[in-house]
Amino acid sequence: MNLSEQEKHFLAKIEKEIKIEPNDWMPDEYRQTLIRQISQHAHSEVVGMLPEGNWITRAPNLRRKAVLLAKVQDEAGHGLYLYSATETLGADREQTIDDLHSGKAKYSSIFNYPALNWADIGTIGWLVDGAAIMNQVALCRTSYGPYARAMVKICKEESFHQRQGYEALTVLCNGTPAQKAMAQDAMNRFWWPALMMFGPSDAESTHSEQSMNWKIKRFTNDELRQNFVDATVPQAEILGLTIPDPNLKWNEERGHYDFSEINWDEFWQVVKGNGPCNKERLEARVKAKQEGMWVRETAMAFAQKRALKKTA
Amino acid sequence: MSNQEWPLWEVFIRSKQGLNHKHVGSLRAPDATLALENARDVYTRRSEGISIWVVASTNIHATDIDDAASFFEPSDTKIYRHPTFYEVPDGVKHM
Repeated sequence: MNLSEQEKHFLAKIEKEIKIEPNDWMPDEYRQTLIRQISQHAHSEVVGMLPEGNWITRAPNLRRKAVLLAKVQDEAGHGLYLYSATETLGADREQTIDDLHSGKAKYSSIFNYPALNWADIGTIGWLVDGAAIMNQVALCRTSYGPYARAMVKICKEESFHQRQGYEALTVLCNGTPAQKAMAQDAMNRFWWPALMMFGPSDAESTHSEQSMNWKIKRFTNDELRQNFVDATVPQAEILGLTIPDPNLKWNEERGHYDFSEINWDEFWQVVKGNGPCNKERLEARVKAKQEGMWVRETAMAFAQKRALKKTA
Repeated sequence: MSNQEWPLWEVFIRSKQGLNHKHVGSLRAPDATLALENARDVYTRRSEGISIWVVASTNIHATDIDDAASFFEPSDTKIYRHPTFYEVPDGVKHM
């Protein structure tokens, strides 16, 4: 079978919605695109534990604390499913992690914003997990089998993440004026970064077209962003919160909400490492690997010693 | 940084009595005991299982994807192994 025949066979499978599995032939660029996208997704899950983990000891009561612990533990699990998926493509797991630490690999820009108070934790669950779910539900139908299966499991688990955040905000919004003001302040700070989570506009997105053709992506960045705005505006109304966009308006003709242009300068600044918390987040990850290395090495040495004893 | 990674394990879970163990994914762990504990924490946080198998990935032997067409050919060509291959007169019941 020559190369073009292999490629034709691959494209025919994509066309017929047949999933691509680890040992199937695939174009090198398809493999590299997936490794980049899935490892960045994994890094986002892991870095995403940091702003929330910071609030576990300060959750307002035991119920909220247990919920936050369960959510952060889920994010760790989601990172693991995704690193496993990159390994099925031949990527070296530790290398993908070292690429994050060296700044070569990116993660979702949203986690470079600080979680300043308890209202931020509710808002992160509602808006940040809400935006992530919008993106991930679409990825359940991605063309690469292990990625699609990881997404199905992640989506099942994440639906509580959004609901617990919305519930926490419901309490604040029905509380004292000061609590309501806290919720509004968190909304003001997280709304635009949440919209930026869908990535650059379609016109600016370098990988979009090829990824759409290979069915790695099923919807464009702008389509998903629009869906998120349409779904979220009524939720904000029920909370009695104002979305910080004077141009937000229902467009009867389009059947969608119109909204302002995103501040793309801010987006690119944060992507390039100049957001409020980029440095802190990376330092925390590097420290975790360095300071946990002795545990890995000890566990491995113990396992090897025990295996030797058994065979002796 | 250490280059010695923990070995890779494939995880199989029986979700309830009466069903097979089913492959759910993989993870890294230094030995089988920790692989089982990690599998519990990674793959059964919501009562997805009552029994877990872990198998070192190096012990998995698989068919070769490039030979799949010839490897499975004997079964693809024998359509008479399926009941729908046979015609029976109208009115015949319970068959």
